[in-house]
Formats: sequence, C-alpha cells, structure tokens
Amino acid sequence: MKYIYELHKTMLDRSLILVYEGEFTQEITKSVLAMAERNMDAIGEDASIKRKVFNVMVECLQNIVKHSDEVDDDLYRGKNSAIFMVGKQEDMYVISSGNPVSNDKVAILHEKIERINNLDKDGLKALYKDIIKTGDISPKGGAGLGFIDMARKSGQKLQFDFEPINNRISFFSLKTIVPRTKESGKDD
Amino acid sequence: MSLDVINLEGTEDTPKIILDKNNGIFEISGRSLPEDAADFYKPVLEWLEEYSKQANEETNFIFKLEYFNTASSKLILDILSKLEKINGTTITWYYHEDDEDMEEAGTEFSELVEVPFEFKSY
Repeated sequence: MKYIYELHKTMLDRSLILVYEGEFTQEITKSVLAMAERNMDAIGEDASIKRKVFNVMVECLQNIVKHSDEVDDDLYRGKNSAIFMVGKQEDMYVISSGNPVSNDKVAILHEKIERINNLDKDGLKALYKDIIKTGDISPKGGAGLGFIDMARKSGQKLQFDFEPINNRISFFSLKTIVPRTKESGKDD
Repeated sequence: MSLDVINLEGTEDTPKIILDKNNGIFEISGRSLPEDAADFYKPVLEWLEEYSKQANEETNFIFKLEYFNTASSKLILDILSKLEKINGTTITWYYHEDDEDMEEAGTEFSELVEVPFEFKSY
C-alpha cells in the first residue's frame, strides 16, 4: 500500500493540483479543463493568467487526443495511456504531459519544438501567420499550430524530453510554464 | 433558394452561432474548442457560400469569442476568407477588456484578410 503514500508525497512535493492518467478523449478533456478552472476560480486567480493556463491545457490535451491512436505497442496492449498534470507554485503554473510516441516520430517532434524554441515573439507570430495561411487541417483535425500557440501564450520555451521505452517507442514529456506574475507592460 | 436560419446554442466546447439573413444577424460567440473543428464549422461555411450568392447590401459579422483553440482559428480564417468575397462586409471583433491575447488574435486575422475590422472591448 506504500505506493499510495509515495504518490501522494510526490504530488505534494511537486505542488500538483491535478493529475490524470489514462485514455484521453474530448469528454475527458472537458472534465479536466472544468476541474482546473474550478480550482483557479476557487483561489480567485487573475483572469488573464487563468485564460493562458486554460489555453495551454487545451492545446496540450487535444494534442494527446489527436495522436493517441498512433502508438500500437504490446506494452500498452491497445490502451493508449498518457499522463497530464497541472502544478501550481507560488510564481507559476506548470502544465505537463507525457505520452508514448513511435521512435520514427522522435526526430520530427524534436526538430519542430526546437524550431519554435529558437524563435522570439515576432518570429513566433510570423510562423503562426504563415502556417494558418498556407496550412491545411490534418486528417486528425490539427492545424499544426498547437506548439506555437503554447509557446506564444505562455511566453516561455517549451521543455521536452524523450525517454526510450524500447526499440519501437519512446515516452514524450512536455512541460510548459505559465508565469503567475502579470506581464509588466508589453514591449510593443 | 431561401436560406434557413442557423441558430446554435453554445456549449462548453462549441460557440453560439446565429446566421440570420432576414434579420441581418451574423454572430459567433463563446467558446470554440470542438474535437473536430472542420466538421463543426462545415455547415457555417456552406451557409456562407450560399449566402454569398444572395447577400444583403450590408453584412456585419460579429465575433465575440471568449476562447478558441488553434484548430478553430484555422476555420475562423476560412470563414473570414468567405466573407472577404462578399461586398459590404464588415467585421466587429469583440474582446474582453483585459484580454490582450484575444485583441491580438483579432488584429492578426485583420491582417490576413481584406475586410474592414472594428474592434470593441467589453
């Protein structure tokens, strides 16, 4: 039974206010969003920070929903399990997710996020406008804008990592920080 | 061919939509984060396609969105591109007074299409 205490302790240590592990659907997305919203309402969180957290959560959750059927590995026996977490600290919210991806996607994802992380505010805006103008909605319903939007709304670099699971799949971890201190005057 | 009114109640993940040619009401408001944005907005795009053949002299299209996801943003641009081809169209883009991101999103859309935008905070 010790794992219950261990999990509890980890959640406290990391200031996690919400953890969901399991299959991801639009219905689950809505429930998770509603829970996080209630939590932020309860503490009277600033509206603009609330909106940014909500925004990053939506893109993160819908990314998982859209790509959850891509990995079919014995390890997961048809269950496409992923994890989603929200941490609340004194000065920031930490929105993180983890899900298995096939190894042939690792390099593509890596390059995509690195490219975003290397852009400044104006660069991100230009890339966003370029993709929305020329890009098509993918068969999975994505506009290819999720990561860019997460970077823009949070104003932070996206932190990510790939942990090899076996020779077919890796575990993709993604972390986005939303500062709780309001921006002190915009630079434009 | 007459155009039926589209009147959709908003939900927690889809916006309220009114498209009413006779009363001159064209409005999308609320939250837009449907699972399949392309599928959700298909009837709206089809309606606008039909409307463009018999448009009113003036069309003031109101966006009063609280939140939209990136998939919806692509579809909003598709809607604006349809409206761009309709003479006498103006857009009113509402944003909450402390919502800089929504204001900026409207500005970006206005830079992507050739339609007059009016910005209003609430």
